[in-house]
Amino acid sequence: MTEKILLVDDEKDFVETLAERMRSRDMGVTTATSAEDALEMIGEQSFDAIVLDLQMPGMNGLEALEAIKKKNPNLQVILLTGQATVEKGIQAMKLGAMDLLEKPADIDTLTEKIKKASAQKMVLVNAETEKKLKDIMGGKGW
Amino acid sequence: MTDHWQTLGEEGIQFMGKMSASISHELKNVLAIINENAGLLNDFCLMAERGMEIDPERLARISGNIAKQVKRGDQILKNMNRFAHSTDHPLSTVDLHATLAMVVKLATRFAANRVVTLTTTPTNKPLLITSRPFLLANLLWRCLDRSMNFVGTEKKITLSAVTKGEQTLIIFNGLSDQPIEEPAIFPSQQDSDLLTILQCTLTTASAVGELTLTLPQTTGN
Repeated sequence: MTEKILLVDDEKDFVETLAERMRSRDMGVTTATSAEDALEMIGEQSFDAIVLDLQMPGMNGLEALEAIKKKNPNLQVILLTGQATVEKGIQAMKLGAMDLLEKPADIDTLTEKIKKASAQKMVLVNAETEKKLKDIMGGKGW
Repeated sequence: MTDHWQTLGEEGIQFMGKMSASISHELKNVLAIINENAGLLNDFCLMAERGMEIDPERLARISGNIAKQVKRGDQILKNMNRFAHSTDHPLSTVDLHATLAMVVKLATRFAANRVVTLTTTPTNKPLLITSRPFLLANLLWRCLDRSMNFVGTEKKITLSAVTKGEQTLIIFNGLSDQPIEEPAIFPSQQDSDLLTILQCTLTTASAVGELTLTLPQTTGN
């Protein structure tokens, strides 16, 4: 299965190179260099996982994470950071981040986390679909 | 000397910490880009081993990316070194243009987070003053930090330094044209003490969106 990933980081050179590496690993990658652009893309496309930089100009990673989760709670977000403080990590987890990775990150570790995120999203989506079906069946009184 | 350090108090240590954290964050970004390019190179090696032909242009692009980041890292470290040495001597002769450039570079990431661009007016001629380099850098940072609260619609602050008679003026241009009271820029006792030690005065000219620090050629005796 090809995972659909959204990579968000204001460092263009970083995001482009990482995207190229992920594509060569059979992942479908879309990139954004601002949280604002990323939020727009989330509204238009579906993603299995979002890899999000914690510190960006304008809307930062934590604010973006909150907005993403508000838009779609099933979306799985992996935060990437240059300065992983315990405080930030706890805050990120409380806001619903799936994981937090420190830069420079190892691509195998990142890939593994993406696969886990994708599987987790599928579980959540399936549960949601099942609930919807049950509601419909119950509502019809068959 | 000790008294002057004490004047900065906790905020002085926080200034050092904040700048160090910002520098390390920038360096982490540099390393992350180099890491991805090294990884991409490794991916190409694996592809070549499997008989795939690698476009030399792609290799040249990787080499260019790495060279660019090495240069960026070198600049960050040079600035960090200059900043670290600002604590060497309580009083020394410094090139004010270079000090402004250093503070702007240190503050760039904080400004970017607030969607503000910082620049300095380009100049080739050094402007030498005798001052307390670390205290001066701290004062400039405080001015910049607070100026960003009053930035104009262009979201760009330009710093320049000029001499006027026996005095030196540091001008922060690009502020809002709304009236700004000096206490709003420098509200604390520490701020006032810092201005006193460095023998500086702070004035605002909201009609032109400017904040000016006036200091003598020899300051902070």
